[in-house]
Formats: sequence, C-alpha cells, structure tokens
Amino acid sequence: MNALAWLLIAAPAAAGLAGLLVRHRPAALILAYAGPAAALACAVGAAFGNPRTAYTLADFGTVTVDAALDLSPAACAVAVATAAVSLLVQLYSAAYLRDDPRYAPFAAQVNLFCAAMLLVVAADDLVFLLVGWEVMGACSYLLIAHYAKLPQAPGAAAKAFLVTRFGDVAFVLGVMILGVSAGTFRIGGLGEAPAAGAAVLLILFGCIGKSAQFPLQVWLPPAMAGPTPVSALIHAATMVAAGAYVLTRLLPVWPPRLLLVVAVTAAVTMVGAGLCALAARDVKGVLAWSTVSQVGFMFAAVAVAAPGAALFHLVSHAAFKGLLFLTAGVVIALAGTDGSLAGTRLRPGDSRLAFWAMTIGLAAMAGLPPLGGFYSKEAVLSAAYEAGTPAGVVVFWAGVGASILTAAYAARLWLLVFWRGRGPAARSAVPRAESFSLWALTIATMGVGAVYYFGPFSLPALHLDLMALLLLATLGGFAVIADSWWRDRPRRTGAAPDRDPARVLGRARDAFAEGLYGERLAAKATRGAAAAASAAATALDVRLVDRGAIEGSARATLAAAEGTAAGHRGGLVRYLRLSAAGTLVVAVVAIGVSLWS
Amino acid sequence: MGVMLILAAALPAAGALAVWRLRRRPYAHWIGAGAAALAFAAVAMLPVGRGSGAWLVADGELTGAWWHQVSIEWAPSLHLEFSLAVDGVSWTLALLTALLGVLCCVHNAVGAEQRAADLLGADRAASAPLQVPAGSFETGGPSPAARRVRGVPADGASGSASGSLQEPPGSFETGGPFPAAAPVHGVPSGAGGGEPEGDRWQSPILTALLLAVQAASTLVFLTDNLVLFFIAFEAVLLPMWAIIHRYGDPAARRRAAAKFALFTVAGSLLMATGLFIAIADTGTADLGAILLHGGVGDDRSLLVFALLALGFAVKAPLWPFHSWLPDAHTAAPTVGSVLLAGVLLKLGTYGLIRVAGGLAPDGAADAAPVLAALAALGILVAGLVCLRLPEIKRLIAYSSVGHMGFVVLAFAAGTEAGVRAALFGNLAHGLVTPLLFFLAGALKARTHTGSLGALGGLRLAAPALAGLLGFAALASLGLPGLAGFWGEAFTVYAAAERGGAWLGLAAAAAFGAFLAAAYLLRMLRRVSHGPVAPAVYGIGDVSAAEAAVWAPLVAGTLLLGLVPGPLLALFSEGLL
Repeated sequence: MNALAWLLIAAPAAAGLAGLLVRHRPAALILAYAGPAAALACAVGAAFGNPRTAYTLADFGTVTVDAALDLSPAACAVAVATAAVSLLVQLYSAAYLRDDPRYAPFAAQVNLFCAAMLLVVAADDLVFLLVGWEVMGACSYLLIAHYAKLPQAPGAAAKAFLVTRFGDVAFVLGVMILGVSAGTFRIGGLGEAPAAGAAVLLILFGCIGKSAQFPLQVWLPPAMAGPTPVSALIHAATMVAAGAYVLTRLLPVWPPRLLLVVAVTAAVTMVGAGLCALAARDVKGVLAWSTVSQVGFMFAAVAVAAPGAALFHLVSHAAFKGLLFLTAGVVIALAGTDGSLAGTRLRPGDSRLAFWAMTIGLAAMAGLPPLGGFYSKEAVLSAAYEAGTPAGVVVFWAGVGASILTAAYAARLWLLVFWRGRGPAARSAVPRAESFSLWALTIATMGVGAVYYFGPFSLPALHLDLMALLLLATLGGFAVIADSWWRDRPRRTGAAPDRDPARVLGRARDAFAEGLYGERLAAKATRGAAAAASAAATALDVRLVDRGAIEGSARATLAAAEGTAAGHRGGLVRYLRLSAAGTLVVAVVAIGVSLWS
Repeated sequence: MGVMLILAAALPAAGALAVWRLRRRPYAHWIGAGAAALAFAAVAMLPVGRGSGAWLVADGELTGAWWHQVSIEWAPSLHLEFSLAVDGVSWTLALLTALLGVLCCVHNAVGAEQRAADLLGADRAASAPLQVPAGSFETGGPSPAARRVRGVPADGASGSASGSLQEPPGSFETGGPFPAAAPVHGVPSGAGGGEPEGDRWQSPILTALLLAVQAASTLVFLTDNLVLFFIAFEAVLLPMWAIIHRYGDPAARRRAAAKFALFTVAGSLLMATGLFIAIADTGTADLGAILLHGGVGDDRSLLVFALLALGFAVKAPLWPFHSWLPDAHTAAPTVGSVLLAGVLLKLGTYGLIRVAGGLAPDGAADAAPVLAALAALGILVAGLVCLRLPEIKRLIAYSSVGHMGFVVLAFAAGTEAGVRAALFGNLAHGLVTPLLFFLAGALKARTHTGSLGALGGLRLAAPALAGLLGFAALASLGLPGLAGFWGEAFTVYAAAERGGAWLGLAAAAAFGAFLAAAYLLRMLRRVSHGPVAPAVYGIGDVSAAEAAVWAPLVAGTLLLGLVPGPLLALFSEGLL
C-alpha cells in the first residue's frame, strides 16, 4: 500500500522527466497519458488503505526532513480529482496542440505539474511539501510561457512565478519558524497545541499568494496567456487550490483568534473577485476571476474551521472549473476569436456538446441543485452558519453576497456567448479527441454532489432554510442579469445597443473590468521600487564599496608611494633633515612607550 | 590509502608539468584530461576503508575522525609538515574540485580539437606548415626556450610576473604551478604569431594552468598542516592570475587579474598573520589537534578569528570584500570562471568554516552577529544589483556573492543545522554556478555577445541550450528538489533557530531567495524568450561533447536535490 503512495507521485514525475528528453510526438503522447493515468489508479487504490510512510530525507542535526506521505481519505479524494483533471487535460491538449512543435515538453511539464500537486496533497512534512509547492510554481512558469509567439506570455509567466514566490518568502519563513518551535516539520507531529501566531500568518500569506487571494490576486488574470488546458489545470485542481488545501492541513495548529484574518481575506476576495468577474471583458477572464472568488469560498470554510467543507468545495470546483475552461477553449476555437466577449458568439446549435457542457458547468458554479456546486456551497455556508464566531458571521454574509454575484456572472457569460446569434468567423463541430474530456467532466460535474452523501469528508448537515436562502440568492443573481438583458433587447428602431448585462455595475464597470487596477498598480509600484532599490544598491556597491573604498585604498597607496618616493629624491641636506626628524620621532616614541609600560 | 591522498594532489601537478612539456603535441590536452581523470579517480577512492569517524586513543595519541592521514616531515622548525588528511567535509570539496578539473580539461581538449578541425577544413595549406617549426622547437627543451622568450618584453606585465616568481614558498611546495606559470608570458607570443586574440584559450598551457589550480586547491582541502595550508592557499593564486591575465577577455583581463591578485593577497596576508598567531599560541600547526583541543586560548580567540575571517571573507567573498569577483569572473575565460566559482570561492568558505571556525570557536561566536549582518546585507545587495546588470556573465558572477552570503550566514548562525546548511549550500553552489558559467560561455562563444539586450529567442534557436539554461537558473534560484534548495532553506532555518534579531536576518535571506528568482527570470526572459535576436539567429544547439561535459553537473544538481541525506551524513561526522 505504501508503494502505491510513492508511485502516486513517482509515476507522473518519472513520466515528466522522461518526457523532457523525448522529441517524438508518439512517445510523448504515451508518456503524457501514462503518468496521470497511473497516478489516478494509485490514488483510487490508496483510498482503500490510507497509506502512511516516512523516510528520513535530510538530517540537519536538530531537525530532520522526512519524505513522509500521509494519504488520508480526504487527501485521496483530492488526489483523485487532481489526477483525473490532469489526465483529462492531457487528453484534451493532445488534440488542442495537435500542430504545436513544442508539444513534447508541454506534456512533460503538465506531468511534472501534476506530480508536484500530488506531492503537496500527500506530503506529511512541511519541507517535503515545499518541494511540490515550488516545483508547481516553476512548472506554471514554464507552461504559461508556452506560446513563443505571444508577446505577453513571458511576462505573464514571470509574474505568476514571482508573485507566488513572493508569497513563498513568507511561507518558507513561516514553515521554518514553525519547525523551530515544534522541533519537527511533520504535520502529524505538530500536535494539537496552537502554533505561534507569526508563523501561521506567514504561512497564510504564502497560501494567499498561491491561491491568488487578495492582495496577491494579481498574477492569475494575466496567466491566461498560457494555453487553455494549462488554465484548466492551474485553476481546477492544482496550483490555485493548493493554498486552500495546505490551510486545511494546518487547521489543527491554527490559533482560533487568527481565523478572523482568514475570514476577512476570504470575504474581500469572494466579493471583489465576483464583481471583477461580472465586469470582465473576455471569456477566460470571467472564468479566471470566478476561480479567485470560488477559492475564496474554500478559504471561508477554513476560516470557520471546516476543512471538510473546504475540500468538498475544492473537489466540486475542480470538476466544474475544469469543464468550464476546457469548454471555453472549444468555444473560442469554434467562434474563431481571441476570446474577447465582444466577438465570441455562438448559437446553441453550433455545437450541442459545447452548449450543454458550458450550461451545466455554469449552473454548477452558480449553485443550482442537484449539481455538485450547490452541495459544496451549501456545505460552506452551513459551516459558517453553525460556527457562531465573528469569522463565521463575516464569511456567511460575504458568501451569500458572492453567491448572488456568482449567479450573475455565470448568467451573463451564458447569455453573451450563446444568445447573441452567430459570430462572423464561427464554424461548427467539435474535434472528437477533445470531446471525450468534455463528456467526462460533464458527468463528473453532475455526479460530484454524491460526494456529499458518500464521500470521505466530514460535512455539516443540510439546512433546509440555508438551501432556500442559497437558491434565493442564485435566483436573485439571475433576475438582475435577466432584467438587464430584457431591457437591452434589440428593438426595431435604432442600432443594436450594447447588451452586456455588466451595465448593472454602472460607472464602476471599467474599474472592475481592470481588476480594480490592482495589477497595473502593483506592477508600477513593484517596478518603481525595484528600480529605485536596485539603483541604490548599485550605487552603494559600485560607487562606495568598489570605487570608493577598494580602489580608493589602491589610489591612496599609490599616492603615498609617490609622496614617499618624492621625499627620497631630495639632496643630501634633505636626507639629513629627514633622518634627524625620523630619529627624533623614533626616540620619542620609544621613550614614551618605555615610560608608559 | 595515504598514497591516494598524495596522488590526489600530485597527479594534477604532474599532469600540469607533463602538459606543459608536451604543449606542442596535438594530444597535450588529452594528457591533461587524463591526469585530471586519474586524480578524480584517486579522490573518489578515498572513502574506501574509512574509519568510523570517532576519536580513538592509540599510542597515547588521539587519532581518528580523519578517514586517512599521511604525514611527511618537511621543516619541523617552521612547523611545516607535508601532512594530508581527509574527512567528509574536505572529501566532498576535493571531489568537486577534481570533477570540475576533469570537466574543464575535457572542455579545453574538445574545444581545441574543434578549432583544429575548423582550421584544417578552412585553410589546410596554411595550417600544415605550422606543425614543422613546432616540432623542431620542441627539441630545444622547454625551459631554456621559455626563459629565452620571457626575456623578450612580450607584454607590459611580464615584469610583474617574474617579480612574483621570486617568492620562495610557492616553488618550494607545489612544483607544478610555477614552471607552468612561468612560460605563459613567452609561449603564446612565440607560438601564436598571427592567431587572433580570441582563440588563445585552446592553448595547452591553459590546461596546464587549470591543473595547477586543481593541484593547489586539492592540497588546500586535504592538508592537515596550517603552514602547508597557507602555502597551498597562496599557490592557487598564481596560476589563476595567469589564467585571467593571459586568457581572459582582451578588454578587461589585465586590470581584472591585477585586482584579483592584489585583493586576495592582501586578504591572505591577514589570514597568514592569524594562522601564525594561532600556531604560536597552541604550539602546533596540526589542524586536527587544534580542533580537538577547542582552538586557541580565550584571550586570543577573537583576534585570531577576525584576522582569519578577514582573509577568508575576501576569498569567499563576503560583502563588502567582493568587488574583485565580478571583474575576475567576467574577464576570465569560461574554464577560469568555472574554477573560480566552483573551487576558489570554496577555499574561502572552507577556510572560514573549518580553519577560522575551528581555530577560534569563541571568537567565531563573538563575531557571529557582524558576520551574519554582512552576509544578509550581501545577499540583498547582490540580489538588487543583479536586477539591473546588463551582461550575463557578470550577472552570474554577482549572483555568487548572494549565494556565498547564504553560506556565511548559515555558518555564522553557528547551530548544528546552520553548519550543515552552510556546507551543503557551498557544495551545491559549486555544481550550479559552474554549470551556469559553462552555459554562458557556450552562449557567448556562439553569439559573440553576452549583453542581455542583444540576446533573445534562444529557446526557438537552440531549444536544448535554452532548456539547460532554464534548468540551471531554476537550480540557482533555489528551487526545491534541486541542489540549491537545501542549503538556502536551512540557512533560513538556522537563522530562525537563533531567534530575536536573527529572525530579521532569516527574513532577509528568504527575501534574497525571492530576488534571486527575480533576476534569474529576468535573465531567462531576455535570453530565452521573445523573438529570435540577430545574434542568436542560426546558432548551433548543444553538441554531444558539450552535453557530455555538462551532464555530470546536471546529474549532480538533481541528485543532491532529491537525495540530500548521504551528503548531510558525511558532513555530520566531519571534524569541525
């Protein structure tokens, strides 16, 4: 059973490393499918045995780093979701990138990414977990930068890596402080006692970076520059969810009073990202902001100490967000656009599969019963309702507000894409190879609600009143959008108006569409600060230290040598004077020293 | 096994002599590579039959801890003894030195063969007669010829070279470096004739000098006698000076070499003072014995440590004693940069950790806050400076200052975890940065520019080279799972362990790792991404020979990253 746990990570990792050396497409395809498929099998197998295993990886004397794995049933469920989404992404991208000369490294990097996430899911040692955590960041960098022709891709990739790495500064520091105080890095060995506040807040900051929560959400929207399957991978069950997952693992040592910090982060993120999603100007932008908002729900569940609800939402979100992104790729390809909402139009009949996949995915995200999203969102809200803490109050009402927004942006996307007639460049039919992934994820989205009844998570009971409230919120969101849509319907007189229901945001619409200018401001501030600090450091290093102190001392030596040499170039009289003066000085010093000592 | 110890240092020295004697023969490079390979084998054999690492009493004297020991009386009145010893700490560094020596020699040999093939293909008629005078020149015997040519004022600096050759202790000790260093000034001017400046690095003399550096460095790592340590430490300097001075970038080499030599000599003299105070205080120059007795007396401890640390801080280098390094690395030829980063900097950190820390542990504890603050400042300043450097080799060189800052910070923290992290980070840097220098050298050789502004699109033009560059950059920024991570992460741990104000230093170190990511990604973005720049257009990808030279470094980086345990176990039983 322990071998299964190791194989879970080793299989995709080996497939990924081997794939980096492969040039030929058929071999790359085999490796691409074999890695996640083996991982999926292992994850399913491990669910029956709860394997735990540990080896000493590095012994630093006072503390050791263990290669420790602990696959609890909940971890297995997340691992299954991760491996399944990775496999479907591999299947999808084989078709999506069928003409791409750099497919082989792409597939290898997806496998490494999957292995890294599985390591985060399975690891029971914080430093060992950090290996997966950062390798995932590096793979996201490589994958987002995949398109060589896209001018913004390298910048977006570097931004994703650097923002998450900035969070990791705090994460590493927090892990190390936690390790120092606990004497171990084992998550199982940290005990039940609340840890130091500073350490957990630092770790929280790292998780905020990875999960693109406020205020480090700036990297996620530009990350859309990567190929669509990469977006699906990053958003669905891996990187973005990793932050929330790690928080659930550390909940036992979390000081209860600091949960309010998590709650505020979650509340701000849920609502703010929901508004940004409502105003976003392209298909993938809506989905990106919706991810930020939905991961906010996971953070909200963490804030009310309900790890089960957080992980349930993680799994159900993995299903519907994977589906939505993969479908969005198909929709954009069919519409023949760059994905901006202004031009991306299809008729439902252009591709029945894309239409229904998108509809079901959006309905799940909005929280319509009996789809998975309804159950998981209800679980989060019930947990907040039952918590009875200030944090619970904050996230409950923010959650209700975010549910309204979720329904609104889901409805807006659905209306704008499918109900404006057919775009000029649109074509019909879905490539067969891609459709399998859509089918599989559609079924998963419809069925994931069953996890509520049969899954491994400990979840609060269903509250009928909360279900009604959630449904009401969702319908309210729909109503607002429908109202705007109806008012702006094309009339016979005059030109067709802009039917975008984002108009309900009024004047704030542009600000939200730009993510409240957070990205631009952050970029400007960071660039400015980096340039100033770098210039100052260069001035200190080059002017002061090198040219001033070091070369200055060399110049001073030369000058002294010149002076001494000049002194020795005089005539006999000068020599006599100098030697007399020198003798006098030596004599005075010698007498002084002998008197003093 | 004592024989192996002597061979480890003697083989490269002998190889240097042999290469220099046979420098006209076409196979001279391969003799060097063979000698380096044999030396590597000798070092690799050292763990065979090693002791348990525990101290034992035998014949009324404490022995043990060293795996093997060999000692030959030399000049007892000076406390000078040809005494070599090895343990886990020095063995790993000696092995790294030997590995880099082999790789550099093979790199030179392959480069020379390619050059010869190019010449032969391009101008068969012109290159054939060159063989004739070379053969007849050889019969005259190398040393008179060298002296004859040295007398000719071939270049302005030959006076300073012969001046430094008068220094007795060096020629006394290694034998290898000096005859090799001497003819440097004569031979290329006699043999090169009309050859363009940039092609001189294929000269076998460079291989001889590399072997001389290797011999002296190995001796530094393996010696058990403080006087011999000092001699070997100084002996490294001369061939390295010659490498930069003779084979470096034509625009900057003289100045960089002079700065390097003067700066490090100044540091070494302080170090020598510290060593001799320690010898006078303890009455012995036996490093193991002094370590065992807890170093020098309390009243001298801080003075000894300060002098030693100043000397080693120049070599390591610790900010603000680093400014020789960017110039030297940038001006040096590729193999020179590789040895500088992989071996010479290690002399400083090895000396700091074992010699300075061992001879004066109390002084080290007293001086730790200063050392740590400078190290943390160095990490930050180097990271920030790297953010705006326009040249790839200079950027890699400056990044070394940051990495060595981690090593010094971990050592200064002084905890068990800190010392191990320092040793680990030290070794990891010795694998990763040489790889970066090899790659930067290959890039510069192909594109004839190192300016980040003139490069771009490498991953379209040469995907394998870009992939390796990306790998090396990720390793250098401390990606977990690769070698750089363990040393740097546990530097943060060690600083956090001390608590209080050290937490600020831990935060600075963690932030320094972020800066490393920022400047390395900036480098990758300029070099690898974007449209293909004119300089990069049409360049060749990684050749099989290059892949063979780089593969050990890549494999070592992966191995140390994935399986750090055995190396840490070696360090844990080291004699510190």
